[in-house]
Amino acid sequence: MLKLKNLVMTVDNANGSRRDIIHDVSIDFEPGKLYAITGPNGGGKTTLAKIIMGIYQQSSGQIYLDEEDISGLSVTERARRGIAYAFQQPPRFKGLNVSDLIKIARPGIDGLELRLKMRDVGLCPEDYLERDLGPGLSGGEMKRIEIAQVLTREGVISMFDEPEAGVDLWTVQRLIGLIVQKYQNNPRSTAIIITHHENVLPICDEIIVLEEGVIKLQGPAQEIWPLIKDDIQCKMKDQCRSEVCYEL
Amino acid sequence: MNFKAIDMQLLNTISDIKAIPSGAINIRKDGKPVVRQSSANIFVGPNSANNGLLVEIKPGTRNETVHVPVIVTQAGFHDKVYNTFIVGEGADITIIAGCGIHNDSHNDSSHDGIHEIIVKKGARLKYVEKHYGEGSGGGKRILNPTTNVILETGAMAEMEMVQIKGVDDTIRTTIAHIGDKANLKIIERLMTHGIQKAESDIRLNIEGRGASGQVISRSVGRDDSSQIFKAAMAGRNECVGHVECDAIIMDRAKIQSIPELIAEDADAVLTHEAAIGKIAGEQLIKLMSLGLTEKEAIDTILEGFLR
Repeated sequence: MLKLKNLVMTVDNANGSRRDIIHDVSIDFEPGKLYAITGPNGGGKTTLAKIIMGIYQQSSGQIYLDEEDISGLSVTERARRGIAYAFQQPPRFKGLNVSDLIKIARPGIDGLELRLKMRDVGLCPEDYLERDLGPGLSGGEMKRIEIAQVLTREGVISMFDEPEAGVDLWTVQRLIGLIVQKYQNNPRSTAIIITHHENVLPICDEIIVLEEGVIKLQGPAQEIWPLIKDDIQCKMKDQCRSEVCYEL
Repeated sequence: MNFKAIDMQLLNTISDIKAIPSGAINIRKDGKPVVRQSSANIFVGPNSANNGLLVEIKPGTRNETVHVPVIVTQAGFHDKVYNTFIVGEGADITIIAGCGIHNDSHNDSSHDGIHEIIVKKGARLKYVEKHYGEGSGGGKRILNPTTNVILETGAMAEMEMVQIKGVDDTIRTTIAHIGDKANLKIIERLMTHGIQKAESDIRLNIEGRGASGQVISRSVGRDDSSQIFKAAMAGRNECVGHVECDAIIMDRAKIQSIPELIAEDADAVLTHEAAIGKIAGEQLIKLMSLGLTEKEAIDTILEGFLR
């Protein structure tokens, strides 16, 4: 469905030297599968998603969507071919409200569906549809609205950049459940989640570990998860049992 | 009175009317009233100096709208009018003003509307004023409105002043006096193109105890246009006041924003925020990633910002 072939992205360092932030990345994303991209901060995860969306231009390599080379297409053209990206930090818009944005994401959406999508991400439509996307919304609210947009778009490739970041624990479980339910075994679509979340990684079909712009590991979750589990799960968890203690 | 298509289009643009509404109305065209009608509760007639309009709303009048649009279609015409609006005690009404100029000539056309608005004790007013210019000639379309507002005890007013497009030169002056427990909100929206110049000077005098004032200005400067926005807010009692001016700057436009706070009472709480910036790249990319072109994305952002 989506094929990345020998993608390289080179940037200029401050001292004039050049560095690959994505180095020779090739991935074949299949329909009906849920992919997790993980790895340390600065490893190139968001950069890779932005190259797929067309926001960044790769220095070399190709991107194919259903056999068509889309490497030279603009963000708009890729969006119209069904690529969707939920930003890690969605921008704010003074004067546009939540329902405006969702209607742009999915023109012609009816009122009932719009409301259902809001409920899906844990936001009461009555409270939120008319809300301005300005500074009045919290980071977690912006994030949920962002996810609602991508879910609404029904894209062929849907990318979620750290959907759990800034969202409360109760909602995270619900969001992840939604994404899994919607994309796993759906032959018309592929979902890519950039995540560090220990509850998300093991339930994806495949895990890709990206480190310093290079694919370190890639394979079915049941194979990869045991290898990276210790790096991701909190090492103190057994001691504190995730409980918050207050000293009296 | 039969209106030409051009007149109706102007009227529709500035006051959203497709036909002459029933109820209180005054339509002024090229310096003369062409439609004038009072309603049972709202008197619309000439003022005592006979150089403008007197609109008097009876105390307790509710849910009525007064339309007082002005159109200038005669090239090179300079119109000046003095209008007084008195909103009676406890009334709750809407005034829709606005001015549209059509000028195809090489002579300047202008309209200077001087409005005095008195909102009596406990009354509520919504005031909407839209300004618009069109036409193909090199003559300028000039609008210089002056608005004086007085809010008596417990009165409330929301004033929305919009300059849609096509006005070449404007100097807008708004002076308000806010009494005890009264509340005034001024919303200004402005877009300038080409080599247009716009200046807005708002002075809010919050004089009453427990009174509040708010100015929200949103503007977009495009091409080679220039804008100056001044908002002076004086708190002379235990009161609350806030000024917020946000501007999007594009192309080679110039925007100056001068908020001023004057506190003359230790219990006056006055704040201001001002920001000028271009459309953020992230905003464009976000909308393009939903399938809009760059131009559609810019239009969507500006339309929302000025809504």
